[in-house]
Amino acid sequence: MQQKPILLTILDVLSIIGLGVSTYFALVFAPTEAVMGNVQRVFYFHIGTAWVGLVGFVLAAVSGIVYLITKDMKWDRFEVAAVEVSTMFFFITIVLGSIWARPAWNTWWTWDPRLTTAAVTELIYIAYFMLRAGIEDPEKRARFGAVYALLGGLSAPITFMVIRLFRTIHPVVVGNASAAAEGGFDMTSNMLTAMFVALGAFTIIFIDLMWHRIRIGGLEEKVEQLKLKVSM
Amino acid sequence: MEPANTDNYMIAGYIVSFVTMGIYLLSMYLRTRNLKRDLETYEAMEKDGK
Repeated sequence: MQQKPILLTILDVLSIIGLGVSTYFALVFAPTEAVMGNVQRVFYFHIGTAWVGLVGFVLAAVSGIVYLITKDMKWDRFEVAAVEVSTMFFFITIVLGSIWARPAWNTWWTWDPRLTTAAVTELIYIAYFMLRAGIEDPEKRARFGAVYALLGGLSAPITFMVIRLFRTIHPVVVGNASAAAEGGFDMTSNMLTAMFVALGAFTIIFIDLMWHRIRIGGLEEKVEQLKLKVSM
Repeated sequence: MEPANTDNYMIAGYIVSFVTMGIYLLSMYLRTRNLKRDLETYEAMEKDGK
């Protein structure tokens, strides 16, 4: 494994600081919501993780296209990193949404269009790893993964847009909510600040984790090649 | 009107967030460590074969 770049170490430090600052803004700086109380504070991490989750799925689709054009394995490593880190963050998004829904909607889960598309998106990317694990040939695995990531990437814009296009009980932060939306709230300026701090912090953490995962991918490739060489 | 007491949900939410990120970081660390070990083993095997 190559020496850890200084920029990555700086990113590590910034990520820790960002997470700490974002937690402070969410738990202390932002005011308590007048009706729902403190559970509304999970919103900041919910939106931060959802943002990097969905962006990562789109990035994976784009890197899938680039891989199919260039056949350069570095794009495969980039794609795997994007999917893996995003799947982890999107899992947090879904669980936080469910925890918020219990007091707000009086249920942990409902098959609302947003919740359904989010769950389907998460399952699509869990299946991505199952697909890759079943293919031994690295080039074939990269090719199949790229096509899958490209098709799976469609689920990200669908998940984002569904609350703006269909009747749903999920609140809309940006844009007009459906008339059926429940649990929405007016954002004060401090709430908005806390939201943007969370978006910024999770973006830094996402880039940092992606970089680490890409490095692991490089190491995996090296081990795989050496293993093949030794066994021949 | 007093806001609803939903503190436990908030605490649960943040615990889940930090635990999930912690587990992911641990998995990254373990994978890196194991891959480095594998690499050393295969490099030694390659040397022995020559």
